[in-house]
Amino acid sequence: MTESIIHFHSPGKLIALVGNPNCGKTALFNRLTGGKQHVANYAGVTVERKEGKLTLEDQSVLRILDLPGTYSLYPRTPDERVTCDVLRGVAKGEKKPDQLICVIDATNLRMGLRFVLAIKRTGIPTLVALNMVDEAKSRGINIDVAALSKELGMQVIPTVAIERDGDKLLKESLNQLFAKLKSAPLQDKAINTLGVVNETVAGNLDDALARTDLPEQQLQQIEADHERVQTILQKLGLDQIIYHTGSDRLDSFLLHPVLGPVILVIILFAVFQAMFSWSTYPMDLIKDLNEYLKNEIINSFSPGWMTSLVVDGVLSGAVGVITFLPQILVLFLFILILEESGYLPRAAYLLDRLMGSVGLSGRSFIPLLSSFACAIPGIMAMRTIPNMRDRYVTMLIAPLMTCSARLPVYSLLIGAFIPQRTVWGYLELQGLVMFALYLAGILAALMVAWMLKLLTRAGRQARPLMMELPRYRWPNPWNIFIGLVQRAVIFIKRVWGNILLLTILIWFLASFPLPTPGQSLQIENTFAGILGGYLSMILSSIGFNWQICISLIPGMVAREVAISALGTVYSLSSLGEDGISTALAPIISQQWSLATALSLLTWFVFAPQCLSTLAVLKRESGGWRIPLISVSYLFGLAYIFSYIVYHLTSYYVS
Amino acid sequence: MLTLDLAIANQKYRIAQLKSEQDTGIDQERMRQLFELGFIKGESVIVLRRTMPGSDPMVVRVGTSTFALRKAEARTIGIEMVQS
Repeated sequence: MTESIIHFHSPGKLIALVGNPNCGKTALFNRLTGGKQHVANYAGVTVERKEGKLTLEDQSVLRILDLPGTYSLYPRTPDERVTCDVLRGVAKGEKKPDQLICVIDATNLRMGLRFVLAIKRTGIPTLVALNMVDEAKSRGINIDVAALSKELGMQVIPTVAIERDGDKLLKESLNQLFAKLKSAPLQDKAINTLGVVNETVAGNLDDALARTDLPEQQLQQIEADHERVQTILQKLGLDQIIYHTGSDRLDSFLLHPVLGPVILVIILFAVFQAMFSWSTYPMDLIKDLNEYLKNEIINSFSPGWMTSLVVDGVLSGAVGVITFLPQILVLFLFILILEESGYLPRAAYLLDRLMGSVGLSGRSFIPLLSSFACAIPGIMAMRTIPNMRDRYVTMLIAPLMTCSARLPVYSLLIGAFIPQRTVWGYLELQGLVMFALYLAGILAALMVAWMLKLLTRAGRQARPLMMELPRYRWPNPWNIFIGLVQRAVIFIKRVWGNILLLTILIWFLASFPLPTPGQSLQIENTFAGILGGYLSMILSSIGFNWQICISLIPGMVAREVAISALGTVYSLSSLGEDGISTALAPIISQQWSLATALSLLTWFVFAPQCLSTLAVLKRESGGWRIPLISVSYLFGLAYIFSYIVYHLTSYYVS
Repeated sequence: MLTLDLAIANQKYRIAQLKSEQDTGIDQERMRQLFELGFIKGESVIVLRRTMPGSDPMVVRVGTSTFALRKAEARTIGIEMVQS
C-alpha cells in the first residue's frame, strides 16, 4: 500500500540549489535571485529556509530554494536532514523540486563529483553548476566542461558566483530548459488552481535515499562513487592534487601553536572594541529620536494614562527593540566576514580543546560569541550544533555571556560606586571592574558546562568533530550585506512582538491602580510596587531594598528598562534616559550601601532574566523544559553569589 | 597497522582501510561519515598540523579537502606510506 502526502503550496516550478557546504552555493543563490529572498523556517524544525525568485528571459518567475549544504544524502545534522527530506519529497509542506542545480567547487572536484553522483541517483533533473572556475583557472586547473558533461551524463555549466555576470551561462541554460519544459506535459501530476499536488511517496526514487540501506551497502556505494570519480578525473587529466598554497601559508600563522591562539585573541578583542565603539553613534541617534518623539507626544496630548501608555508603553517598547540593533549588527558583520573568509572553522578548531574540557565542542563558540551582543541571535545560531546535548548545554549557558543590554545597569552602578582610580600604574579601576564582570560571566558559564559534563554520562563521551577547513577567500561585500539584512529582519521579527507586549504589560503593572485625581503617581501603590514589596521580603537578605525589587520586574523585559523604573521609583521620570542615569548616580551612592551595589551587580551577571530570551529558548529547544531549567538555575546561582558578595562586602566594609 | 593519529606531519600517506568498531569503539555511523568526507581506501592523506598539545584535534588533508579531526577519529584510519 502506498502512502500519499498532500502538499499545499504555490503552483509553478520549483528549483532547488544543492551542494556541499563552502562551495559558494549561497553566493550563487544571491546572484540568481538578485537578493530578492525570503527567509523563514521549515515546518516543524528550526532550520532556516531561504526562498527567492528567479526571473527568466520570458518574464516568467521561478521559485528557487537554497537548501542547506550537506556532505551526503545520509543526513548528519538537522540541516542536512531537511535537505534530504526535501529531495525525497517528504518534507512537511514542501514540494519536491522540479529541477536541481547542484553546485560544486571547481577546485575540489573530488568531493563535488561524488556528491553529484549521489544527487544523480535521486532522479530529479539536475544541472551541475561548476562554481569558482576563476579560482581553479588561476591555479592551473583547466576543466574541459564539455568532456565533464559527457562523462557525467549531465549538463555542466561554469559559474563565478562572486562576479556580476558570473551566472550568465547558468541563466541562459535555465531559460532554454524551461522554454522546452513549457511545451512538455507535466508527468503524473494533477494540479488544480490552488496548487495542490497529490504525490505518491513510494517509488524507486526513494530507494536511492533509503535510510534502511545496510551500512555495508552504503559504504560500498560510496566506494563505487569514489572509483567512478577517480576514473573521470583521470580521463580529464585532473587527478593530481593541487592545493591552494596561499591558504596553507596563511594557516601556518593562523594555526600555529603559539601565534594561532594569540591572533585569535587579538581578533576577538578587536571585534568587541568595534562592537562597542562603532555602535555608540547609531545608538545615540536612536536615543535622541526616542526623546524627540516622547516630547512631541507629551506636548501634543494631555497627560493621563493614555498618553502614558503610548509614551512609556508602546514607544519605549518599540525603541527597546531596536536600541541594541546597532551592536548586534556590528557583531554580526564581523561574524559574517570571518565566516565568508573561512576563518571561523579555524577559530572553532583552536578553541576545541578549551570547549572540550567543559564538555562542549568548538562549534559552540560562535553562538556563545554572538550572545555577547544579545543572547537571542546567539541561541538561534545554535542550530549549527549537531549534537543535541551540546546544543542544550550551550543554550543553558548562553545567558551568562554578558549581553550588551546589561551595560547600562553595569555603567550606572560602577559609575556610582567604584571610584575613578588607577590601579598598578595605568589600569582604570572602573574598566577593570567591568572586565571582571564579563570574566565572571564567562567563568560561570564554563563552570556550569563542566558540572553538566561531570554529572551526565553523555557529557563525558567524545563528540565527533570532522569539521572542514575550507580554503581562505576574500569576503564578498554583497553577500555580507544580504546576510546582515536577513539577520536584522529575523531578529526584529523574533523580538518586536514579545518586547512590545511585555513592555505594555509592565507599564500596566507600574501604572495601575491609578492614583486619586490630583495626586501624582506613587509607584509603591501600584501592582508593581506591591509585587516589589513582597520580593523585598525575600531579597533583603541579599541587600535589595524595595526600590530595587520593583525595578527588577520591568528589568525582565529589557535590562535598560530597569533603569527607567529606578528613575520612576526615585521620582525622576520626567528626565530623559541619560538624565535619569546621571541623576540616579548620586542618589543611589548615598542611599545604597556598597554591599548592596555589588550584590546587585552580581545578580545581574547571572539573572537579569530577559523574557524575550526565554521565548526564543522555548522556540529553539522545542519546549518549556529548557527555559524553565534556565530560569531556575540562574535564579539559584544569582541568589547564592549575591548572598556571598553582599555579606562578604558588608563584613569587610564595617 | 599504522593509523593516522601516529602519522608524521607533512608526509604523504595513502589510506589503507578504516578500522572497525571493535578495535576503536567508533560506531558504524561515524565510519560512514568519514567515508563520505573522502577518507576512502586509496585516497592520499597528509597530516598538516598538530597545533594542539596531544594533537587533538589535528588538521588533515584528504584528497583536496582539509578537515579537523579528533585523535579518536584519526585512530580509525589505517594508512600506509607512499613509495615516492
